Amino acid sequence: MSLKDWFEKRKKKQLDPALVESKISGDDLSKLWEKCYNCNAQLPKKDLEKSMYVCPKCDYHFRIGARTRIAQLLDPNSFNETDINILPGDPLEFMDTKCYLSRQKEARAKTHLNDAVITGTGKIEGWEVAVAVMDFAYMGGSMGSVVGEKVTRIIEEGIKRKIPIIAITSSGGARMQESCLSLMQMAKTSCAVARANEERILYITLLTEPTFGGVTASFGTLGDVIIAEQGARIGFAGRRVIEQTIRQKLPADFQTAEYLLKYGQVDMVCKREELRKTLEKILRIHASVLKA
Amino acid sequence: MNKLNNKPLDFEKSVYQIEEKIQELKNLGAESGFDLEDQIKTLIIQAEEFKKQLYSSLTPSQRLLIARHPQRPSFLNYVEMIATDWTELHGDRAGTDDRAIIGGIAQIEGQSVMLIGTQKGKTTKENIEYNFGMPQPEGYRKALRLFYHADRFRLPIITLIDTPGAYPGIKAEETGQGTAIAVNLREMAKLETPLISIILGEGCSGGALGLAVANRVYMLEHSLYTVISPEGCASILWRSADMANTAAEALKITSEDLFRLNIIDGIIKEPLGGAHYNWEITANNLKEQVLSAIKELSGMSGQTLKKDRYEKFRKMGVFLEN
Ligand SMILES: [Zn+2]
Repeated sequence: MSLKDWFEKRKKKQLDPALVESKISGDDLSKLWEKCYNCNAQLPKKDLEKSMYVCPKCDYHFRIGARTRIAQLLDPNSFNETDINILPGDPLEFMDTKCYLSRQKEARAKTHLNDAVITGTGKIEGWEVAVAVMDFAYMGGSMGSVVGEKVTRIIEEGIKRKIPIIAITSSGGARMQESCLSLMQMAKTSCAVARANEERILYITLLTEPTFGGVTASFGTLGDVIIAEQGARIGFAGRRVIEQTIRQKLPADFQTAEYLLKYGQVDMVCKREELRKTLEKILRIHASVLKA
Repeated sequence: MNKLNNKPLDFEKSVYQIEEKIQELKNLGAESGFDLEDQIKTLIIQAEEFKKQLYSSLTPSQRLLIARHPQRPSFLNYVEMIATDWTELHGDRAGTDDRAIIGGIAQIEGQSVMLIGTQKGKTTKENIEYNFGMPQPEGYRKALRLFYHADRFRLPIITLIDTPGAYPGIKAEETGQGTAIAVNLREMAKLETPLISIILGEGCSGGALGLAVANRVYMLEHSLYTVISPEGCASILWRSADMANTAAEALKITSEDLFRLNIIDGIIKEPLGGAHYNWEITANNLKEQVLSAIKELSGMSGQTLKKDRYEKFRKMGVFLEN
């Protein structure tokens, strides 16, 4: 069967619209208490939400889903989601210990997301922006064809509308189940960033826990300004791979946001509560130049 | 290159046995004076048939062994065979001359080009020098400097790729391995000169792609191009490096797979059994492909070349949309 035939065949199978419809949060709301992974404090879920999922006891930044991130950063009700009907395929009919299609199904059930990124336009303190927000809960935030396509489209949208673009990453890397097709998403997204550069469209990246592999080696680290969220681990190769290669233990703070700042790899490290303010400031400073 | 210097790969042992038999018969004929010509001829024909069958039905894991064959020609071997006036240009101008990525200017049949490639060694000493073809960020930055040079003088860029991946190390992370690759992907998109990439052996992950956002991408017949090494994939998805062969099949990494997926523009033929059996034939096929691609691209303006590259990668990916 040719790729095209396969594609047509898959297209005909309609998905349950209830699943396709975007829901407000991918976070698990059933529990009332959450334990801090860092200091083990038992925290009421309600308080945690108020503190933006940062532990009030030890400042540990919990991993948050894309919907929560959007709610925290964008002006209320300003978000217009784009490309909600793009779904992953299974071009290689990939099967490891489970088949790719059932992994997709499980991830969708768990996160109510179609894939590991949400894109759209919105406002930050009134400034219009195009945003892509990744969600680690969907197959480890891995980048396959859908992530690559949606990120590329939102960058193109930002260029078309002449508004700044913000990419918020959280990813284990490329999606192995799509093999070389996922590798090519690195090229595709980076080519889109090249166009944004040439059109002088401001492109900001916010690297959050965790950002690795193919996302680090493509649109993640191409920001005109690169912000790392406090406590995030960011790198190209995973810690275990490096340890196995060099056969020595790595420093405890290796690949943390703070470590990257020290080595000049990011512009700044930002606490969660300061992100919105920081983004607004960067947008405002560039806006006067861009409008001229 | 004399194939008898090669140690046979496991699945090739029967080929070597038949060839030894042929040699024995020839010796026997010479010594005894018996006319064994007919038997020898039949055996040679059988051997050829057998080889054809064997090499046309290789599994991905057997092809992995060919792609990684220690006697497979390296970047510098090809440079020597296809180019004249090779002039290496060293260093990233920021403190390092990474030896895993080598670049320079040269001519191919009178056509001036920039040649950049990942280099693997054939001996332990060489492999240490070239870090087993695993570049540091500084290697990608050297390549970037040479991309800009080529762009300035409108030299077609030919990148020849054979790498198990970018090096995973402490210093590599500190100096921005991910960023170095990302910047190359982005900057290649901006070049206004023809860019042609060929996967020679292993084309593994971002480490390979970091030199391959090209107008035309080709693979040598027995090379592989993959998002992750089969061993790496096996240890993550199957939690066992022993499953590398299974991963190699699942990942669809052969030149035919990638051509079918529209990721590459063509496959460069290798002699029966692989490039290591005949370097010259392989190099010649590669040279022909490079020259015809340059011819095809040299009529395009800088803007058209950029657009061509953008549209090529823009189309990549398979997804469903209602
Ligand atoms: Zn805590």
